[in-house]
Amino acid sequence: MVNTRILDAEFGYLAPTALDEALDILNSKNKVKVLAGGTDLIVHIKVGAEVEMDYMLDIKRIEELDYVQLREHCCDLDEVCCIGANAKLSRIEKEAVIVERYPALAKALSLMASISVRNMGTMAGNICNASPVADSVIPAICYGARIKLKSADGERVLPLEDFFVAPGVSVIKPNELLTNIALPKPKPHTGASFIKKTRVRPDVAKISVGVVIERDGDKVANCRIAMGAIAATPAYLKSIGDSIVGKTMSEQLIKETAAAAARTIKPIDDNRTTAEYRTAIAEILTADALAEAWKNAGGEL
Amino acid sequence: MTKHEITLKVNGKLHELKVEPNELLLNVLREKLCLTGSKYGCGIAECGACTILVGGKSYMSCLVPAISADGWDITTVEGLADGDKLNPVQQAFVDNSAIQCGFCVPGMVVTSTALLLDNPAPDEEYIKDYLRGNYCRCTGYVAMVKSVMDAAAKMKCDQ
Repeated sequence: MVNTRILDAEFGYLAPTALDEALDILNSKNKVKVLAGGTDLIVHIKVGAEVEMDYMLDIKRIEELDYVQLREHCCDLDEVCCIGANAKLSRIEKEAVIVERYPALAKALSLMASISVRNMGTMAGNICNASPVADSVIPAICYGARIKLKSADGERVLPLEDFFVAPGVSVIKPNELLTNIALPKPKPHTGASFIKKTRVRPDVAKISVGVVIERDGDKVANCRIAMGAIAATPAYLKSIGDSIVGKTMSEQLIKETAAAAARTIKPIDDNRTTAEYRTAIAEILTADALAEAWKNAGGEL
Repeated sequence: MTKHEITLKVNGKLHELKVEPNELLLNVLREKLCLTGSKYGCGIAECGACTILVGGKSYMSCLVPAISADGWDITTVEGLADGDKLNPVQQAFVDNSAIQCGFCVPGMVVTSTALLLDNPAPDEEYIKDYLRGNYCRCTGYVAMVKSVMDAAAKMKCDQ
């Protein structure tokens, strides 16, 4: 592993203060890499990963991208909570609206890395890094998050789960910037959970599971399940969540659903754990996450 | 590469510097400003030896391009004491002999100082969790956690 004291790369540095300027740079120059917190980009450069960069575009000075705020309308959603590309992870996790409305996201953020990394890094960066194990992504998918990609030509909005292609690869185009994450307002009687397995606390997850359930009496009105580190991208298990909509919640249903979830995944062996362990524990964690989310939605088992 | 002029406020003092885009803040602090308290450990923000404060929040300086720190208000371990008077965390580390080889201690002390700014009355669990990104390979964690507890108690009494 190469890990140099200086960055073993030559590049131009650009630090615009306005979003339009940043989009112009992305549009007019080739091989531009975006620097926000630097907790992924700089690591990649230092460990000798292939990073094609003629220009480093530092977006930290673009103040209009530093927000966590409620908006009446954004990304084709009403009453959304919007997170700007420059909002730091440690700030997002403490925002009252995140803690109250999206507790599973607040929990996932608080479990990420170390406080210093969270003081530097952003959620938009965590998403754009496109790791299959990105902690902030799993609960955000469960909450139905959408993202806005802007370019000099215009903008497009995507469901978060449609952003990822492969490890480190997403659908973002070279001239686009992820500017905003929009979280829809959870319906009444909604509960959420997030569970992450690591060896020691600052670790990247061996596996992570998120669940958001909307309850209608003793029946499931809606259910979204997502899992990290079990596929080449963060995985939204749509068919599993949809399969229990309209059904009466019970311990048996949780058991069957968790078993079905574990059957759909195709994890790999890597330096954090084995495919065998991931498959075995996926079932247990999914069951735990479903039960916890159901209880948080005010349901009984 | 083009050199850029930047201004850093470090431990209350303004410095005007010329840096290239690939220079890292840790190296600039250590080599250009001769502030060698912050240490180069892992180089990829896993060990915490390079921790500094930026506006009172802990940052790992090994991952910050110095050029991107233009205008920042930085405190390094050298800036924690008030003259010869150590800050409560530093004094508690001394009183508890919480230092073995000492390499991790600057980062540990800086992160602990940020901890007490965030939460002046932490319990043991909170401290262990907050310091999870600072590694001590002598494994002297027990005395360090006790030091932070002692510093918090001392600061409460001094108020």
